Amino acid sequence: MESTLESVNKAEEMADQQAARAGLDEDTRSGVSMAVREGMINAILHGNAYDTNKRVNLSFEQNGRELIVTISDEGRGFIPEEVPDPLAPENLLKTSGRGIFLMRAFMDEVRFRKLNPGTEITMIKRLQGSELDRQEAST
Amino acid sequence: MSMKASTRQVDGVTIVDLSGRITLGEGSVVLRDTIKDLLGKGQKKILLNLGDVSYIDSSGIGELVSAFTSVRNQGGELKLLHLTKKVHDLLQITKLYTVFDVKDDEAGAISAFAH
Repeated sequence: MESTLESVNKAEEMADQQAARAGLDEDTRSGVSMAVREGMINAILHGNAYDTNKRVNLSFEQNGRELIVTISDEGRGFIPEEVPDPLAPENLLKTSGRGIFLMRAFMDEVRFRKLNPGTEITMIKRLQGSELDRQEAST
Repeated sequence: MSMKASTRQVDGVTIVDLSGRITLGEGSVVLRDTIKDLLGKGQKKILLNLGDVSYIDSSGIGELVSAFTSVRNQGGELKLLHLTKKVHDLLQITKLYTVFDVKDDEAGAISAFAH
């Protein structure tokens, strides 16, 4: 995908569709869409810095137990552990730095991998029993 | 859906009725420009009505924080009104719910401003 704001919006829509297909309820779907939106913002704004020569790859995979989202950019990369905690009192009034926190808040697992160049984010949402039932009912 | 903002005055308080999404790009810019415009006109008692705001992302949260601190730095007050459940939950998990003065009744919110 191109490093544009349109790609962020498109990815959010795709995430909602994928989450619906996985049988997630509305609240959980909304959380997954937000996590994907934040991952895309991270890749396009902070990673590729809107450089249209650099691409963002987004993929969704569902294996029946988990919805796995992978986003990778071609930016200069970052060290996730060095991102300040947005919940620390001294950071509460900062105007940025909440994206990774929101990804972690809405997904069950978030992993970062350094690429050369860039960063790959893998986010996992586990499908609970009732969601698996919904999935089976719709197939 | 893009964001729209309209303002009205009630008892010396500027109520900004926002609708749509406060997200990276247009939504955040609309909010930023609205606050800048109001502060430029000396209107420092601002009530942001978020009742029709369906969605806020991290950029939108940043813009709300920026609005809050800009108004406060100029000796004014900014309060939030009518949060939807989604926005309420987002402010809760980011621990901003207690930072902002959040109201659910317009008349009560207006009288809570310093007069």
